[in-house]
Amino acid sequence: MSAVEITNISKAFNLGSSNQVDALTDINLSIASGEFVSLIGPSGCGKSTLLRLIANLIEPTSGNLVVKGKSAKQARLDQDYGMAFQQSGLFEWRTVAKNIELPLELKGWDKAKRHERALEMLELVKLSDFAHHYPWQLSGGMQQRVAIARALAVHPSLLLMDEPFGALDEMTREHMQSELLSICRASGTTVVFVTHSIPEAVYLSNRVVVMSPRPGRVTEIVDVSIEGERNDATRDNAAFFKGITAVREALRGVEMSDHVRGIEDR
Amino acid sequence: MTTATTMKKSEAARRVRRALLFVLSLLLVAGVWEIYKTVGPEAGGKIFGWKLLPRSNNHAMPHVWDMLTRYNRPELRGSDRKIWSVVLAGAWFSFRLALVGFAIGSTLGLGLSILMARFKIAERGILPYLVVSQTVPLIALAPLVVSWGGKLHIAGWTWPRWMSAAVLGAFLAFFPVAVGALKGLTSAPSASLELMDSYAASWWQTLRKLRFPAAIPFIVPSLKLAASASVIGVVVAEISTGLKGGIGRLIIEYAREATSDPAKVFTAVFGAAVLGLAMSGFVTLADMYMMRNRPKEASA
Repeated sequence: MSAVEITNISKAFNLGSSNQVDALTDINLSIASGEFVSLIGPSGCGKSTLLRLIANLIEPTSGNLVVKGKSAKQARLDQDYGMAFQQSGLFEWRTVAKNIELPLELKGWDKAKRHERALEMLELVKLSDFAHHYPWQLSGGMQQRVAIARALAVHPSLLLMDEPFGALDEMTREHMQSELLSICRASGTTVVFVTHSIPEAVYLSNRVVVMSPRPGRVTEIVDVSIEGERNDATRDNAAFFKGITAVREALRGVEMSDHVRGIEDR
Repeated sequence: MTTATTMKKSEAARRVRRALLFVLSLLLVAGVWEIYKTVGPEAGGKIFGWKLLPRSNNHAMPHVWDMLTRYNRPELRGSDRKIWSVVLAGAWFSFRLALVGFAIGSTLGLGLSILMARFKIAERGILPYLVVSQTVPLIALAPLVVSWGGKLHIAGWTWPRWMSAAVLGAFLAFFPVAVGALKGLTSAPSASLELMDSYAASWWQTLRKLRFPAAIPFIVPSLKLAASASVIGVVVAEISTGLKGGIGRLIIEYAREATSDPAKVFTAVFGAAVLGLAMSGFVTLADMYMMRNRPKEASA
């Protein structure tokens, strides 16, 4: 079964008014279970919009969207996915553990059970010593790891990530990419990942969806075939560079239209 | 561990320094007062034809020492009640009224802010009236509240006279809370709201887990305003409704004796000031408790 099935999806903002913006037109994309798919493209290509459609944070103007075999809305109500944003979005008044417990609290889990799960998640992101710290006592990279732990707390089979490492420095970023991959490998999670970075997309993904702006559409889907388990050595691999070149080529046709300002470039 | 203790130590040192600064500023004000008394014109003075300089004679500006010693003398000639105990009792009476007013006012303000945050239409409908309400002079309102209250008899319960003063305190106190809390409740970042959406959280869950905690840094300063506003409301209400027993009543009574006993009215004025300080100190304590785990730069 595919995790996400997108058929002829279009999204327009301010529909029918003089400043109507066609954010996405006629998107078709099928994401298999366990697959890691990146969305890449210049600002304004609608990649964040597409992610928000999958998350049912906004409704499509037309087309059909199936997530985990049900409507996107039902998938959201069932908390079938976890989500992480560029800003960690941790609540500063909650401890690290309590932040991770938030989605479980909303689901009505009892206290002992959710604390246990939070500790389990903290072990996963290697922050066990920081359960009772507050977010502002942590570095940016650690905060982002907490946000990922929170997204994974309900053990979702689908993870939606909107430039989660965008605000991190290069070293932390590469480290986090490797950790994310090992977490996903261990849990078999499907990931839809929005990014600006070509190497990041290629390193992480089975497929890279290249998008172009105005109106947002899919121009090319690049298959990344890197043999074996991906680790830091992968970054020196010829197949990795081949992937980068392929994505760059695909983007080249896109990027150079006139200056595009994003309507949704978060 | 060691860093924690040093932090605690420096925190204690900071508090001592602040207390000393406060005492120093009091002394400074007293000093300026006395200096003006020696150099200022006895009968007041004009600057560019405007009568700006206050009179510095002992009737208009008693010596600081006289005001302080006045506390230890009887309220009335021949009475054995020292004035400090009268002022203290009056301040305590008004403090309780202000506390009731503050509680009613902030509950009402908070309720209104939640209503306005929940329904955009309520904000548009209510907010202008809130602003207008604050332009109604309290003195005009006071007799109305007293007469409305006097007509209330609910199941054997009659409106006590002091309730009018508390309600007028609440009338001034609810406004800053309603406006501040509304700003706070709508201050949650859109990313956090989206996060709650992605969890399929209900509006009430979002209010409890996100909007309200995010609003605390906005609510606390508005509560401080409400605390002092409730004191002002109660003091003015005591004067304009003729309620006996409070500090407001003392001020008006003692002011009548200003010519014969000029230091007396100041004892009551300082009592009212201490009352205001006590109210906002009370809120500051609550603030410190609520903000204890927040990043320091975010606390207001």
